[in-house]
Amino acid sequence: MSVLVSARGLTRVYDIGRGWFREPAHLQAVGGVSFELAAGHTLAVVGESGCGKSTLARMVTLIEPPSSGRLMIDGLNAVTPPASEKPRLRRTVQIVFQNPYGSLNPRKRVGTILEEPLIINTNLSKQERRRQVLEMMAKVGLRPEQHSRYPHMFSGGQRQRIAIARALMLSPKLLVADEPVSALDMSVQAQVLNLLVDLQAELGLAYLFISHDLGVVRHIAHDVMIMYLGVVMEHGAKERIFARPLHPYTQTLLAATPGMGKNRKRIIAKGELPSPLNPPAGCVFSTRCPYVTDQCRRERPVLRPLDERLVACHYAERFLEQPAA
Amino acid sequence: MPLLEIENLSVTFPSQTSDLYAVDGVSLTLERGDVLGIVGESGSGKSVAMLAVMGLVAFPGQVTADRLTFEGRDLLRLSDNERRALTGKDVAMIFQEPTTSLNPSFTIGYQLAETLILHEKMDRKAARRRTIELLDQVGIPAPEGRLDAYPHQLSGGMNQRVMIAMAIACNPKLLIADEPTTALDVTIQAQILDLLLSLQRDRGMALILITHNMGVVADTTARVAVMYAGQIMEERSTESLFGSPQHPYTAALLAARPEASDGGRLATIPGVVPGAYDRPRGCLFAPRCAYATPHAAECRPELRPWQNGLIRCHYPLGDTTRDERIAADRRAAPPAAAPEVA
Repeated sequence: MSVLVSARGLTRVYDIGRGWFREPAHLQAVGGVSFELAAGHTLAVVGESGCGKSTLARMVTLIEPPSSGRLMIDGLNAVTPPASEKPRLRRTVQIVFQNPYGSLNPRKRVGTILEEPLIINTNLSKQERRRQVLEMMAKVGLRPEQHSRYPHMFSGGQRQRIAIARALMLSPKLLVADEPVSALDMSVQAQVLNLLVDLQAELGLAYLFISHDLGVVRHIAHDVMIMYLGVVMEHGAKERIFARPLHPYTQTLLAATPGMGKNRKRIIAKGELPSPLNPPAGCVFSTRCPYVTDQCRRERPVLRPLDERLVACHYAERFLEQPAA
Repeated sequence: MPLLEIENLSVTFPSQTSDLYAVDGVSLTLERGDVLGIVGESGSGKSVAMLAVMGLVAFPGQVTADRLTFEGRDLLRLSDNERRALTGKDVAMIFQEPTTSLNPSFTIGYQLAETLILHEKMDRKAARRRTIELLDQVGIPAPEGRLDAYPHQLSGGMNQRVMIAMAIACNPKLLIADEPTTALDVTIQAQILDLLLSLQRDRGMALILITHNMGVVADTTARVAVMYAGQIMEERSTESLFGSPQHPYTAALLAARPEASDGGRLATIPGVVPGAYDRPRGCLFAPRCAYATPHAAECRPELRPWQNGLIRCHYPLGDTTRDERIAADRRAAPPAAAPEVA
């Protein structure tokens, strides 16, 4: 198993201006995230809005640099890449966004949209570019005559196919998918998920799959990383985490997801996400956790191995005795 | 007398080329204290049907119905004044995007008190006291301090609580919740659904929950209507609908959920929802249905009673004679072209 992406202590801090005479406030969107992702595997990052999952996606896609930490993609240092390697690095990673109505240029034909990455990055002839575009369209289930149509002539599911095709034009090794199916209807969602699974099997792609939908994640992921307020709460193989979640936040998420809460004690988290400008001193989940103690409010638990996964909770052991679901 | 009776409700949006049937012959009956879920994909008409009940369908939409009554009063013949007296008092509705449903220029205290002053004829002081009570009931901490907050100062979940407080301010007999939790995070979603159900139980109010999320319906409602392209396809108790769906569309929707898969490929429904220009003549689901026959493509099925529920299908899944009848109908006419896979 070859490791394609390896991140160590990835952190992103934003400075929020508070006027001329005051120091800017520091907002830690992502705090020390580490993971490894192998070719042909899917790592799902799960969390609610504001948990830092999209910032993580932007860092891995090289849209913005991390404030600190190490990021290696395909054997290259992705934080400060040598100038000669930058083009190759950028071709290795591509992204599919959530809303296919916003991510496709309405003034360009599908063929032009798909051709653009080739024009910018390769020296292929016009005929060769067209051949590759048509080949990719067939791969994602679009018909050749749709080559010269505009995005508004397509349904949401078809647009997401176009977005996926565009991302794959340069044969990347890693595809970052930021909520790729949450804007789609139920009956179309399944089509796009199947397409992603097929493409992964065919091309050996690695997926960094950002989602808040545990049902989708359970279907598509190999590994799962649960984030809350920029910090990883639990990280491990999907089977482990879904069968016996050891972090109270994971348990809350699972219990709160409609249709997955069956046979589980329904835990409803109190209150809301604390402000990331002023996170709790101890465990970030301590303000909402049903099992909170003084220790939780004082010290932040470290991510530690337990029961073949990583978990950041002082009292994770007590959930080991729970029967597996 | 049922609380809400809808018979053959249609909403059309006329255009020069072809009329859009947003809602096409929907019938529903709701008793006091009922909890009904309406599920459907976008464009299925679930929201427009309820907007018609609220009298909120804007020009050029045309609302027609054989019967549309609330407590026996004909909603189609209400004068504007009568409508205003009813809306917000006996029937209330909450929408998907709480932050855009509230007026950004006024404090939430002012907006809440407005309802009470208008419908309950309270003075400002009494309204303020009641407003604090209401905010407390919907689980907003330190309500006195929140009265003077503007919507942008509160989170989405808090704003949705304010919307709910506003909706229940006058003890409505019917609350229509249109995707109340879709814009919210899952942990907040669970809080809001629990709140709606506890309010419904405590006050004996009827609740219509419109959603596209099968999971939400399964966890909260007693009865479900499944809508597709403006029509009700199937209606029955939640338990039996999820246990043994009778309509091929319901069955296909349930099978397409990632939760339903065992790790293999997901079952999919080929094609897309029909639009204004390609509305099928027969059964609306026929172009995407695995069991479609020439008969179904020509002749639109009626909504009829079937196994303790209602169904709009020629060949319900639990029908023992359906295989023979499908085979016979397919022999009777040459098979139509296979549905186009988009």
